[in-house]
Amino acid sequence: MTIELLKGNVALAEAAIRAGVEAYFGYPITPQTELLEHMAKRMPELGRAFVQAESEVAAINMVYGAACTGVRTMTSSSSPGISLMQEGLSYIAGSEVPAVIVDIMRGGPGLGNIQPSQSDYFQVTRSAGHGDYHPIVLAPASVQEAIDLMTEAFDLADKYRHVVYVVADGLLGQMMEPAELPPMQPLRKERAGWALTGSEGREKRIITSLQLNAPDLEAVNLRLQFKLAEIRKREQRSTEMLTENVRLVVVGYGTAGRIAETAVKRAREDGMKVGLFRPITLWPFPERRLSALADQVDAFLVVEMNAGQMLDDVRLAAGGQVPVSFVGRMGGVVPVPEEIYDKIEEIYVKLPVRVR
Amino acid sequence: MVEEKVVYQRPDALCDVPTHYCPGCTHGVAHRLVAEVIDELGVRGRTIGVSPVGCAVFAYQYFDMDGAEAAHGRAPAMATGIKRVMPDHVVFTYQGDGDLAAIGIAEIIHAATRGENITTIFINNAIYGMTGGQMAPTTLPGQRTTSSPSGRDVELTGYPIRMAELLAGMPGAAYVARQSLHSVKEINRAKRAIATAFKAQLAGLGFSMVELLSSCPTNWKLTPPEALAWVEQVMVPYYPLGEYKVTDEVRALTRKQG
Ligand SMILES: Cc1ncc(C[n+]2csc(CCOP(=O)(O)OP(=O)(O)O)c2C)c(N)n1
Ligand code: SF4
Repeated sequence: MTIELLKGNVALAEAAIRAGVEAYFGYPITPQTELLEHMAKRMPELGRAFVQAESEVAAINMVYGAACTGVRTMTSSSSPGISLMQEGLSYIAGSEVPAVIVDIMRGGPGLGNIQPSQSDYFQVTRSAGHGDYHPIVLAPASVQEAIDLMTEAFDLADKYRHVVYVVADGLLGQMMEPAELPPMQPLRKERAGWALTGSEGREKRIITSLQLNAPDLEAVNLRLQFKLAEIRKREQRSTEMLTENVRLVVVGYGTAGRIAETAVKRAREDGMKVGLFRPITLWPFPERRLSALADQVDAFLVVEMNAGQMLDDVRLAAGGQVPVSFVGRMGGVVPVPEEIYDKIEEIYVKLPVRVR
Repeated sequence: MVEEKVVYQRPDALCDVPTHYCPGCTHGVAHRLVAEVIDELGVRGRTIGVSPVGCAVFAYQYFDMDGAEAAHGRAPAMATGIKRVMPDHVVFTYQGDGDLAAIGIAEIIHAATRGENITTIFINNAIYGMTGGQMAPTTLPGQRTTSSPSGRDVELTGYPIRMAELLAGMPGAAYVARQSLHSVKEINRAKRAIATAFKAQLAGLGFSMVELLSSCPTNWKLTPPEALAWVEQVMVPYYPLGEYKVTDEVRALTRKQG
C-alpha cells in the first residue's frame, strides 16, 4: 500500500471503484465534477458502466434501474442536483434497493454559488424525497476518511438495502491530501435473492414502491421503520478529541469539524477546558454519545457552514441539560478558526461556577 | 369423439390474473401482443419489463417475467440502468403518452439519442387515463378533456406531439413505428412491428420504439366500439401509421428472419 497525494473528489471516485461499484451515472456540476470525470475514464477501462445522464433526474433513475439488478451502483452531485434527485431517491428507499449518493455540497439557496457549504444538512438527513424515512448519511472530514467511508457506504447500502449518502463540501472535494487507497475488491459474482436477473428457472420477481392498499403500505412503512430503528441502534458514529473533564464541547462535522479542531486546540493552549465532538454519521445522529457528554459538561457550541441545521439535533441530544450555542457562516463563506475561538471564549467566560 | 385443438390461449408471458383495465380498453390487447412476441422469441426468462406511472402501472403484475416500476416518465432512464449492467437481457419499457411525451420526454429522447439498446412500447390514447381524463400532449385539437373542457385550444396549448416522427429523427434509433389497435388487421401489423422492435434489440442494433394508437373508452366517454371507430377516424388521420425509421441493419434482419 502506498500513500499518495489525492484530490478529495478523485479519491471518492477511486474508492468507489475499489469497493466494486459496477455502474456510475451522473451529471456534471461543480464542485463534484472531478468525481464524474474520473469515473468517465476508469469505468470503461474496467469494463464497467458509465453514463453521463441528461439530468440528475435521469441519473438517479438509472441508478435505481441498475440497483434493481443487485449490482453496486452510485451517482454523485452537488446541492441543486441533489434537489432534483429527491423523487428517485424516495422510490429507491420505498422499494428497498441499495444505492450510494455523493453530495459535494455548495452554497444555496437557488443556484447559489460553488463555494464550500453544509447547506444540505436538512435535505440529506431529514428525508430523501417524500415519504417517511431517513437515509444513512456519512460525513468525512479528510480525504483519507472520505476513502474509508466511501467503502463503508456500499457495505451499509447492501446490508440495509437503503439509500446511503456520503456528504462533503467543495473544500474536501477539491483539496489534495496524502491518503491511502484500499486494494481493489473483486466484483461480486452472485446476485442477491431479490435482484432482477431474469426469471429463468425461478418465479418472477418484482421491484416496486407501489402499494395501493393502505394497510399494505403501512406494513411496508413498519418494516422500513424497524430497519431504521436497527440502524439507529447500531450505526451511530462519531469521533472526539479532548472531551475528558471539559466544560465546553464544540460540535462540528466535515470541514467545519476540522476548523473547529484548530480553534479547540488553541483554546486548550490558553487554558480553557474545551473539547471537540465530530459526528461521522449525520443520520443516524450520534445522539447516544452526545447525550452522555451533556451529562458531563456545561455547554455545547455547534459550528456549521450553514445557518444552524445540525443545531436541532444537538439540542435534541442535549435534552435541555446544557445550553447550546451556535456559530456558523453561510453562502459559501468558510469560518476561520479565530471566529470559532472568539465564540468559545465568549461562552467560556460566562459559564456558571460549577455546581456539579 | 370430437378432437380438440387449441387455437387460442393465454401466452406464457402473461400471468393468469384479472387485469384492472376498463372494458374495451386496448391496453390489454397491447399486453397480449408484447407477451406473444416475447414467447415467440423465447426470451421470457431473460426479459425485464419496466412499468410506467399511468394506467399500465401494474403491467408488472400481468407479465410473467421480472419487472420493475419506474417513477412517472423515468422508465427509459431506469431501463438504461438495467440494460447497462445486464446487456444480455431483453429490457423494455411500456409507457403512456403523459408518461413518455410530457413528463418523461427528456428521458425518452436521450435514450433514443444514446441508441440505448432497449425497446419501448408507447401507448398513445390521446389522454391521461389514470388521473381521470386530463389533456395529454397527444390530445387532438378540439378534443374535450377534463382540463380542456371546451376542447383543446391549439392557440393556448399548442398542437399534439408526434412522437414516432420525433424519435425517428434520432440517429441512435434503429426502429421506430406507429401502428394502431383499432381492428384485427391493424393489430396484426402492430404485432409485426413489436416483433421487429424486439428483434432489433436482440441483434444489438439500438433503440426501438413502437407507438400504438390505443383506446380509452372510459375517459373519452364512448362505448368500446365507438372508441375504436374514434381511433380510426380521428386519431389515425393526425397520427399516420407506418414505419418511420428502419435502419438497413433492421431491414436485413427482418428479411432474413421473415
Ligand atoms: C411526478 C408525478 N406527477 C404526477 C403524477 C400523477 N399521474 C399519475 S398517472 C398520470 C398520467 C398518466 O397518463 P398516461 O401516461 O397518458 O397513461 P394512461 O394512464 O393514459 O395509460 C399522472 C399525471 C405522478 N404519479 N407522479
Ligand atoms: S382509464 Fe382509459 S386507458 Fe385507463 S384502463 Fe380505463 S380505458 Fe384504459
